[in-house]
Amino acid sequence: MTSQLTEVRWHARGGQGAVTAAKMVAELAVERGKHFQAFPEYGPERSGAPIVAFTRISDEPIQTYSPVEHPNVILVLDPTLISSIDVVEGASEQAVVIVNTEQTPDDIKKDHDFGNVRLMTVAASKIASETIGRNLPNTPMVGAVAKATGLFGLEEVQDHMRQSFGKKFSEKVVNGNLEAVRRAFEEVKE
Amino acid sequence: MAQTEAKTLAITGNGAVSLAMKQVDPDVVAAYPITPQTDVVQNFSQYVANGDVKAEFVTAESEHSAMSACIGSAAAGARTMTATSSAGYALMVEVCFVAASMRLPIIMTTVNRALSGPINIHCDHSDSMLGRDSGWLQIYNEDAQEAYDATVMSFPIAEHKDVRLPLMNMYDGFIISGAIGPLKPLSAEQVQEFIGQAPDYPRLLDAKNPVTMGPFDGLHGWYFEQKIAQNIAMDNALDVIQDTYDRFYELTGRRYEHLMKYRMDDAEIAVVVANSAAGNARAIVDKLRNEGIKAGVIKLRTFRPFPVKQYAEALADVKVVGVMDRADSFGAPGGPLYMEVLTSLYQEGQCAKAVNFIYGLGGRDVFPQNIEDVYRRLDAIAKGEQDAPRERVYVNTKGM
Repeated sequence: MTSQLTEVRWHARGGQGAVTAAKMVAELAVERGKHFQAFPEYGPERSGAPIVAFTRISDEPIQTYSPVEHPNVILVLDPTLISSIDVVEGASEQAVVIVNTEQTPDDIKKDHDFGNVRLMTVAASKIASETIGRNLPNTPMVGAVAKATGLFGLEEVQDHMRQSFGKKFSEKVVNGNLEAVRRAFEEVKE
Repeated sequence: MAQTEAKTLAITGNGAVSLAMKQVDPDVVAAYPITPQTDVVQNFSQYVANGDVKAEFVTAESEHSAMSACIGSAAAGARTMTATSSAGYALMVEVCFVAASMRLPIIMTTVNRALSGPINIHCDHSDSMLGRDSGWLQIYNEDAQEAYDATVMSFPIAEHKDVRLPLMNMYDGFIISGAIGPLKPLSAEQVQEFIGQAPDYPRLLDAKNPVTMGPFDGLHGWYFEQKIAQNIAMDNALDVIQDTYDRFYELTGRRYEHLMKYRMDDAEIAVVVANSAAGNARAIVDKLRNEGIKAGVIKLRTFRPFPVKQYAEALADVKVVGVMDRADSFGAPGGPLYMEVLTSLYQEGQCAKAVNFIYGLGGRDVFPQNIEDVYRRLDAIAKGEQDAPRERVYVNTKGM
């Protein structure tokens, strides 16, 4: 594996929009001229059930289709999953873990041993409720990913959203999402 | 070469094939719209609802009926497509034999998924391998781009006057069908120009030139000779497929062959593998080559007709070949691909050592380490450190 390969694992519950967000990250990678892949771990899809999805981003064409074993970015859309699933399983050294929670990284470390990872938190659900009007943490998480990994700039993410959401949603919804991304980008805590 | 600089889309494997179907805009799509159907057909139904295509879209009450509708449609001279997967394909198979014997160039996508039981919806190649004797052309594809390209290339192959056979395109269920990957599509105009008009052929519902199709053959009819004719058409298809691949290369710069060789020139050990696992194999070959191990990969594309001579040539100087099957043939000497490859070698008088690896049944993951283990074993056999096992080697099993 080359050093330019970013492997992302998403932990969420069905209905939180993890697959949509994984697709958005893939589309952002295309716009950067990078190679990408995004896929869920398949199983019966029920609203509220724990799900896992993966995204790979690379400078080189991607020819491995197996699930990500050693992610360097781990995104947890529902903080209650931390108690039931080992979200840092297989994490590569210095992996970035971003948890959607109003707690600080230090709060979480008190109760959970995450080893050597760089733990960050962002209140994605709260931000989504305040900006979009619904608890949809997926778009703010993409903002947090941009900030934490440096893979994309804030404006890039917002431009992409304007284009892809602009066709489908009202201006109010689009603006809510843009604001959600901006706040998440700025409010990530490490 | 008029290479096109198309915009790259982020799209699922199924989305890519639906897009190709939209650009082809066949006369008729007849399909079963419920599980185990994939969203290839769902996406297409949206194109129909949005008025993006002119195709007559027929939803049938079973896969058996869907293929029967395709047969009627194609016999009437309509360019006909459908899609299926898994147990849905199994239900179709009876009438698939009829489609082939009536020499109807129906184009079908079969998303490779397991057959029950235990009940399992995940990827393996049991479904399409079930139909390997049905008389359909079979092309296997690694990723969304290949599946898209194959869909476009299907028409000049299947409709060619020397072939006139139905054709099915495969790619891995979920791993490719549901994964979002890159696709460089052609324009609809390019697709239309490439596939052209379907050549004229005797058809039903032509009152001025009446023909009989698919009748009762009687006790002393021509059934036997009809079967021989199907085999001749299969033989003819080998050249027609390659000619079509070559013409596609002129258009897109994307090169296809019956089998895709990777670092095979001086290879001493090689793996033959189909669909998405081929990517993993190439990555492992690069790693082993850095260690000085002369390893290569042959990726299956054309399975029906089976390109015997091409396999024999590609493996002529290989000491040990590992054939990886994602389907099994219970009680047979090995999996379907293994038996084809070994027969090809035998027919050409070659006797490389061969090992059959069965992997990925029912969606069992195949990790890079699993493929590396396969190559390490082949290397040990090539070096005389191990004997080649005659029995199947199962990859990444539990509790065995």
